Amino acid sequence: MAGGAAPGGSVQSETYREARLWLLLPAWVTLGLLTLAPLMIMLVYSFLTKEFRGGVIWEFSLGAYDQFFFDRGLFGDDAPKIEWTYIGIFWRSIWQAGVATILSLLIGFPTAYFIATRPQRQRALWVFLVTIPYWVNLLIRTVSMKFLLRDEGPLNDGLMALGVISEPLGIVNTNLAVQLGLFYSYLPFMVLPIYAAVERYNFALSEAAADLYAPRWTVLRRVLLPAVKPGIVAGCILVFVPSLGSFLAPDLLGGAKNFMIGSLIEEQFKGNAGNWPFGAAASMILLSMVLILLIFSARQSQKGGA
Amino acid sequence: MAKPHDLRRYPGFLAITILCLVILYAPLMVVAVYSFNASASITIWEGFSLRWYADVFTGPESAKYRDAAWNSFIIAITAATSASIIATLAATAVLRSGKFRLRTVSIGLISLPLMVPEIVTAVATLIFFNALAFERGILTILLAHIAFCIPFAYMPISARMQGIEASYEQAAMDLYATKRMAFTRILMPLMMPGIVSGFILAFIISLDDFIITNFVKGAGVETLPTAIFGAVKQGIKPNIMAISTLLLLVSIVMVALSWLIGRKDQKT
Repeated sequence: MAGGAAPGGSVQSETYREARLWLLLPAWVTLGLLTLAPLMIMLVYSFLTKEFRGGVIWEFSLGAYDQFFFDRGLFGDDAPKIEWTYIGIFWRSIWQAGVATILSLLIGFPTAYFIATRPQRQRALWVFLVTIPYWVNLLIRTVSMKFLLRDEGPLNDGLMALGVISEPLGIVNTNLAVQLGLFYSYLPFMVLPIYAAVERYNFALSEAAADLYAPRWTVLRRVLLPAVKPGIVAGCILVFVPSLGSFLAPDLLGGAKNFMIGSLIEEQFKGNAGNWPFGAAASMILLSMVLILLIFSARQSQKGGA
Repeated sequence: MAKPHDLRRYPGFLAITILCLVILYAPLMVVAVYSFNASASITIWEGFSLRWYADVFTGPESAKYRDAAWNSFIIAITAATSASIIATLAATAVLRSGKFRLRTVSIGLISLPLMVPEIVTAVATLIFFNALAFERGILTILLAHIAFCIPFAYMPISARMQGIEASYEQAAMDLYATKRMAFTRILMPLMMPGIVSGFILAFIISLDDFIITNFVKGAGVETLPTAIFGAVKQGIKPNIMAISTLLLLVSIVMVALSWLIGRKDQKT
């Protein structure tokens, strides 16, 4: 993803030039057929007519997008008004993902900075410690979070035993629980790119600033932060994007009132709503938002790199 | 190192780092500890017991979880193997076959599953199989897993290949090795640590997946995550915590393995 496939150039060769097509074919076929083609078909489905118990009727219709944005009354013949339900769900998702991103940045930046300024030999171990939880099943991590936060859970018990609170905080089934869940799910994604950026940072710049009497925190704000900004932007994207479309955290921690995009989409296919074109349209809108964000950030990082 | 005026140090950053690690590990630790609880309640601690681990393997729901674990394992092994092979071949084309017009497009296609939100991939894949009237079952799960495992296998494999100079293969071919021999006898052995890391990462990613699996699985076919999700919907029970702890251990052991292979590799 972020800088992952940067062509190094130094060790490239032309040894297998003749075999190129055969080497690439399996990847093209697999990903073309199982990732790209499905996205195209999903786009088509979003313009079809819904069948009532799931599935579609092959008849062109703008109904799905219309339902998303406009309210035409119970019988569909009222003057169209803006439909706020789904826009509201998207807006809440953006808000939840945004809060989770800011929380991750507040914890992730100091952590990444601290690790990057450890002696060389220790760094790999610190990074490893931060990454392990990412490799643990996301479902299990979300369930663990719920177990910890619930009213009779260890967190509330502990705080009550210490006398900090007199009754459970009631975190589960609130927006805060979802934000904490998302923050917990993707925190390692914030640390890694910032760590990489700080590790490459030339601390002579900080020393130069300090020699010119810049106080410590001014050095951080005016010299270090601008220099590692690409890493921060990458970290924010890596947390924000999966948070936006997440399903497990809102479903398990948020309860019915804290619906996010992921749950809205899921309900069209697995739940009771059973409106495939609408689910496909909502997915297309989510995908477009994410792609715009990724293109925007790629532009930014290109500017930064030049 | 600990100079009083060390510019690199900021007060509080160590504390936040420790807080970060506590946040990352505390929920997992709590569940691991409570999985050894003797009580049938998940709230009250009644002392240490292996009761719930016994329950996972021999209890009334053990058959369900054994089937789910077996499905997960078969899918993860097959998907990770296929993804590693596909990724190795693709990396060879991208890094060892000169410049070509579709190079950027190929890299983009390989990283596509990382850019598309998981729920969107899940919807798209479900619709795709539906449009083809492809019956949903273990095969549809497997196909979907192969696709999204490819970028995870590709990352360490391509990183490793970038670290191997082309001169090794050149030397072999100067000594009359064919290209096929240069590939199988020189490049592949040198690539092994990268391929093993790629395989392990793909294996974990497949084993962990819930969202896509949940969409493309057929009725009655469960993997461990979908079985756990179904059970958790009824409330968190102690046997779920035991299964979670076991799965957590598998992930940690595999990541540690991948890390050790990578580290040993850097030293030599």
